[in-house]
Parts: sequence; C-alpha cells; structure tokens
Amino acid sequence: MAAYQFIDHKFDVVVVGAGGSGLRAALGCAQAGLKTACISKVFPTRSHTVAAQGGISASLGNMGEDDWRWHMYDTVKGSDWLGDQDAIEYLCRNAPAAVYELEHWGVPFSRTEDGKIYQRAFGGMTRNFGEAPIQRTCAAADRTGHAMLHTMYGQSLAHDTEFFIEYFALDLIMDEGVCRGVTAWKLDDGTLHRFQAQLVILATGGYGRAFFSCTSAHTCTGDGNGMVLRAGLPLQDMEFVQFHPTGIYGAGCLITEGARGEGGYLTNSEGERFMERYAPSVKDLAPRDMVSRAMTIEIREGRGVGPNKDHIFLHLNHLDPAVLAQRLPGISESAKIFAGVDVTKEPIPVLPTVHYNMGGIPTNFYSEVVTRDAGDPDKVVPGLMAVGEAACVSVHGANRLGSNSLIDLVVFGRSAALRAADILKPSATQPELKPQHTEAHLDRFDKFRHANGSISTAALRLEMQRAMQEDAAVFRTGESLASGVKRLQAVHEKRPELKVTDRGLIWNTDLMETLEFDNLIGQAVVTVNGALNRTESRGAHAREDYADRDDENWMKHTLAWFDDTTGKVRLDDRPVHSFTMTNDIAYIPPKARVY
Amino acid sequence: MVQLTLPQNSKVQKGKHFPAPAGAKRVKTFRIYRYDPEGVENPRWDTYDVDLDAVGPMVLDVLLYIKNNMDPTLAFRRSCREGVCGSCSMNVGGRNTLACTHGWEEVPGKDVQISPLPHMPVVKDLVPDLTMFYAQYSSIEPWLHTTTPEPQTEWRQSPEERELLDGLYECILCACCTTSCPSYWWNGEKYLGPATLLHAYRWIIDSRDEATGERLDALEDPFKLYRCHTIMNCAQVCPKGLNPAKAIAEIKKKLADRVV
Repeated sequence: MAAYQFIDHKFDVVVVGAGGSGLRAALGCAQAGLKTACISKVFPTRSHTVAAQGGISASLGNMGEDDWRWHMYDTVKGSDWLGDQDAIEYLCRNAPAAVYELEHWGVPFSRTEDGKIYQRAFGGMTRNFGEAPIQRTCAAADRTGHAMLHTMYGQSLAHDTEFFIEYFALDLIMDEGVCRGVTAWKLDDGTLHRFQAQLVILATGGYGRAFFSCTSAHTCTGDGNGMVLRAGLPLQDMEFVQFHPTGIYGAGCLITEGARGEGGYLTNSEGERFMERYAPSVKDLAPRDMVSRAMTIEIREGRGVGPNKDHIFLHLNHLDPAVLAQRLPGISESAKIFAGVDVTKEPIPVLPTVHYNMGGIPTNFYSEVVTRDAGDPDKVVPGLMAVGEAACVSVHGANRLGSNSLIDLVVFGRSAALRAADILKPSATQPELKPQHTEAHLDRFDKFRHANGSISTAALRLEMQRAMQEDAAVFRTGESLASGVKRLQAVHEKRPELKVTDRGLIWNTDLMETLEFDNLIGQAVVTVNGALNRTESRGAHAREDYADRDDENWMKHTLAWFDDTTGKVRLDDRPVHSFTMTNDIAYIPPKARVY
Repeated sequence: MVQLTLPQNSKVQKGKHFPAPAGAKRVKTFRIYRYDPEGVENPRWDTYDVDLDAVGPMVLDVLLYIKNNMDPTLAFRRSCREGVCGSCSMNVGGRNTLACTHGWEEVPGKDVQISPLPHMPVVKDLVPDLTMFYAQYSSIEPWLHTTTPEPQTEWRQSPEERELLDGLYECILCACCTTSCPSYWWNGEKYLGPATLLHAYRWIIDSRDEATGERLDALEDPFKLYRCHTIMNCAQVCPKGLNPAKAIAEIKKKLADRVV
C-alpha cells in the first residue's frame, strides 16, 4: 500500500458538517472559547439546509396565542409516541429563544403588519392540544432554510471558527471506545488530514440518496452515520423514513408543506379533496406520514391523475396571485422549471417522495452520543456528539412534523455547544495518537481508490436505490422487506467487485462517490432489517401485515449495529423516555393518533 | 498588461471522443473542458455523444448520465439539483448558468460546449477555485451589525422595509454574475464583483443594520465598487433573476447622496 502521510491538526472540538446544526454547534463552541474546527465536504452554504423551504416552528404567538406546551403535545403526537418527551420538552421550550437569536443575527423573516415575524400554518401544528390548526411556523417566504443558512454562515465569519472546506471526512478515530478525532481527505490537493480533538460533533445530515427518488441533494449520503457504524456503534430507529407528500412528480424536487399551509390542497382524478376523508379535522395539514399514505392509497385504488394515473394534483391556483408571489415565490419558480406549471393557473403534479430520516445516531438531549452497553441503555460515548438530521435524540420519533427540523438544528446545535463548554477545558492535553488508530481508515481509502472489479459505483448504487425504493416504500410488507434485506445483502456482497476508474487524489469524484456509496449501503441494510423486525405500524413505518400500533411490544427505539466485514446486522432496543424534562408538564400518555 | 492569448500550457487541446451507445436514435454531442491537475498535459475538450432519450431535460442530467455511464472521471460540483444551492454553476454554450436548471435544448448551436466559470483558476475539469470569491464575500462583513441593545423578542421590521430585501437575500453565491464580468476578469483581486456588492447592498439596505455609514465607507476606494462600468453581464446571466447591477447602482447613489 502506498505510504499515505497525515497532516495533523489539534483542536478542542471538531464539527463535521456545516449545515444548520453544524454551523450552530461550531459557532457556539467558538463563542465558549473552545478551539473549534468545522469540516465540510461542500462549501457551507451548499449544505442541504439551504433547500429547506417552509419554515421553522416556535411558539412565538405572533399570529394569536400560542404555548410551548401545545407545540410539545403536537410534536409528541406527531412522533406517534416514539419521541423522547424530555428531549421534546427541551426543544419546544427553547424554540422561541432560538428563533429570536436567528432574527438578531439578521435572518430576513417575512413580517406581519406590525413588524413581527410572520408565522404560517403547517402540518400537525395545533392550538390547545389539538383543537384547531395554528400558525406556528416562522417563515422567510418559502426560502427559510436558505435565509437561515446564509445568515448563519455570515455570522460564523464574525467568530473564531476555522473552516476546512471541501474536506471529505473518512472515519472516526476511536481509542478503546473513546472518540479522539476524525480523519479527512482534502479534495483540492489530495492530502490526508488527521484532526485530533477532545470532542467530535457529527452534523452530517440524512441519507435520502439510499433511495432512487428523494427530495435530498446528491450530497445527502449520511457520511456520519456510516462512520458511526464502522466505529462499532449503533444507529437508532433507522426504519423510520419520511416520505414528504409533495415532491414534484418526475424530478422529485420539494414543494413545501407551506403551500398547503397557505391554503393549497390535494385532489385525486375525481377532483375530490380526499384528505377530508382521511383527516376530517386538519385535512391537508395532517402530518406527512398520514398524507403520504392517503395519497398512495388513492393512487392504488385507481384515483391517481395523469395518463398513467400515478400521481396526485396539488392546487394553488385558487389562491390570490399576490399571496403566491409574496409567500411562495420559490416553489412557484420550481414548479415552472421542473413541471412546466404556472401555479396561478394549473395544479402541480406531486408524489410522496423520500425526504427525511427520523433515524440516526442515538443521543441524549445534551447531544451526547449514547449506546447500549450491557444493562445501560443510555451509556454516553465519550468524545462524540451528534446534531441535526444525523442525530436521533429522539424528538421526531416515528414521524417528524414539518418545520420541526429547522428548529431541531439550532436548538440542539446550541445544546451541543453548551454541553461542550461544560465538560471540556480549553486546550486540555490530549493523548498521543498512534498509527494503529488510523490504519483501518487508510486501508479502506486505498482499497476503494484502487478498486478494479467489474461493476461501476453508479451501477451498484442504482441497484441499492431501486431495492430501497421498491421494498421499503410508504407501505411495507413482511415480504417486501424480506426481499429488501436479501437484495441489499447482495449489493453489500458485491462491493469487492466495484470498479473505480479515476485513480487520482485531487478532486476524485469517482472515489468520493464510492466512499459515499460505502456509507450508504450500511445505512440501507440497517434500515430494511429494522423495518422487517418491527412488527407494528407506527408513524412513517407502515406495515400492511401489522397495521396497528402496538405500544405493549414496540414502544421502544430500535438499535442496529452493522458488521461491515460480514454484512450482519445485530438488533437490540432502548426504551423511549417515559418522563419529561421538568415538572412544568406531565408526561403525555399515548392515545390513538387521529386528526 | 492584459494577456490576449492563453499561455502555452493553458491552450486547450483536442481530447478523447466517447461515442453514443449502439441503438441510440437521438444523439447530441457535448464538448466538455477537461483538465487533470495530477497529469502533465494541457487542458482538452472531450466530446461525448449522448443518447438524448436516456437523459432528463437539464444540462446537469447530461453530466450525471455521462459520469454514471460513459466516463466516471468527469469532475463537477453539484448538490441540490433544484437551483438553490449554487454548486453547479458553469459556462454552458458560452453563458454562465446553473447546470441543474438550464435545459440542454435551450443551448443554441449544434454541439453543447461546457466549460468552467470563466477566468478562474481551474482545480480539475469543471471545478474552479473560488477562494478569492469567498474571501471577498467575507470582507464585506455579511452579518447584522447593531449597537442598540437587542430586544427580548425580534427587531421590528415593517413589511415595506422587508420588501427592500427582495431581489437581494435570494442570492445563492453561485458566482455566475461575478465570473461573467469583464471588469472582474481584469481586476478580480481588487474589484469586489457583482455578487459581493449585491450582498454589501443587502446589509446596507436592511433597516435593522446600524453600520450603514461604515459599510459605505468600506466601499469608498477606486477599485472595490467603482470598477463597475455597467457592463450588465451580471444582470443578464443571474440564474435566479436577480439584478446585481441595480444593487451596485443603488450603492453608488447612496455614496453620492452622502456627499451632496
């Protein structure tokens, strides 16, 4: 093997990922006086947070009375009771302050007549514990993610964070169960880097690209999740994949839930506003998993639209064009570009599309990564934290409400920084790293760099994506999932046959996509295995053979370990926290999830 | 002095040809700039005959098809594929644009020529080095400056004041405008360029920002702002329909108003 040399760096904290949660964590750590590095495989403003549209939820009460307890109730119910209520309380209580902080940094929120932040209606958000829809989602037109990410990047320039841009993180440096840093590959000159740190915070986002069609960017490959699996740690609740009801038919680009929040609605081939049947009280603003299921059933029962009767219409043409221009300009443009539709005149063709991963790296609400170790289901992994979509705190449980992700990013990005400030001493001595800590990283890198088999990365990746799309869709059955398990195992077993054509080190995207594929396949395998194992329907995991929620047997988080060498999955579980954070609110007991 | 021809080892040579797969009915040739930083050769034009029935409508769809099926070594930046992240900016048919929202059918001429953003150092193939562009953006301090103590809740801003940010905050930093500007080509180290100036104006005009005077002071020199000669390429190429030239004009007006 060629001798790779590392260029060494030492920091107190290294954040991997510069999206909304990574930037918030990095900024917070820098403010706390910790020497902080932020590594990103793309320029920070290219991170997928930039594509978020609808808004960020917080009980500001600008459009009428609101209360964090109502937000908490909605989130718990939205999660189908798989969310940890102590973490959800933390999220909802800290949300208003987090939004004001963003505004103070300069986020260009849309405004009400009296100059306050505009809030719109969103799926599953209600007043007074489910009484009626409420306007809780703070918005910057339909470009809220863009507005937030650009503002946060600008703000980070005012602080002392060192950015390492277009560095591709390879693996976690683990030393007897303690995380001591991360290795990375610098794309523009091909050098390899060893970042030693007291703490690594993973903010690497979701893994939508495990599927054939998704609203996610090409970069959404869950690299942090992949690194965690290779470090011998588990991922949690991976079977819960959110299908967003309104991805543009064909292109898969997102049309925000905010479109329905502003009065838009879905119809079938009979022109019927069918959500009135599935969710009589909130209708088109039901939680995403319910709307996606409703749409899938309508299509299955022959009421889809279009020549192949295979999608649904989203109507915005009845809305005031001035409102569309002011509140939904971004999606008006997207619909024109990707569907050739003028939203003031015609409906948009839409289909449920993979959008978000509720599952990820298990953490507590301090953002510390946890694992199950013998009897202890909450054992903290020293030196490792996770935030954002990559983490599973779990605040979203089995299904995430729209606009709860953007708030998750900043609240837990901040919580990670606060915890880091508490437990770390700036410039504390760190133990010396030995070559054996990173030997496996280099082996893996070199092995893929020189892969000389017969199957291109693109072909094997497509095989994985088709299996996921077909076997782990909106509705799953024991058979489809068993088929998925087999197909993905076959893909994993074909890895030695991969062929990488570009042998270079500088901006080798052939190699980068191969490393990303290697991260994805492990996540795909644990997703289908977890889904097959969970014999109930809850939130976004809908089993036709187990149609009901089974709290007695399944009110628990799935944990999945993956052995990369054998391809074997080990499943276990940890309890859902049946307690809140404080006595200001009682634990919300499970009930039937109807809207 | 301005160089009007490329140096010897930058001259673009003829490259490899990749034929269409057998049985392809509708075929179009894509001529793509290639450069290998780890080799010793000059940049070259590789030509790919693409089966149009196998690709989606956008230039990015073609690049992805080429990479996945014909030549995995082709390097380009891409992420969101929906025109919001700004990664895939490049020169298509002589015009700067985002590959993901530009239809290949719209490109005039027989072959579609794709090259990196003009007059930028090339890292590899279609990947330019944007370090200077990003540094210039940082230099205008793109964050809210206030001295008044922060309120407990949000700063108040009327809908009319907020509307002043429309056409500015939507910029995705794709660099199509800046790298289409001849003035930036000739004086890129000292002229800030349309994108950075548009952002400078975004903060100048934000009613919450209290550093307007300092922001305007920072632009008062012969190069940073005033190398803009209203060439207007920026407004013409912005893939988001923004108008950096207008933002620059507004800054110049504010600077003039201060003196009068």
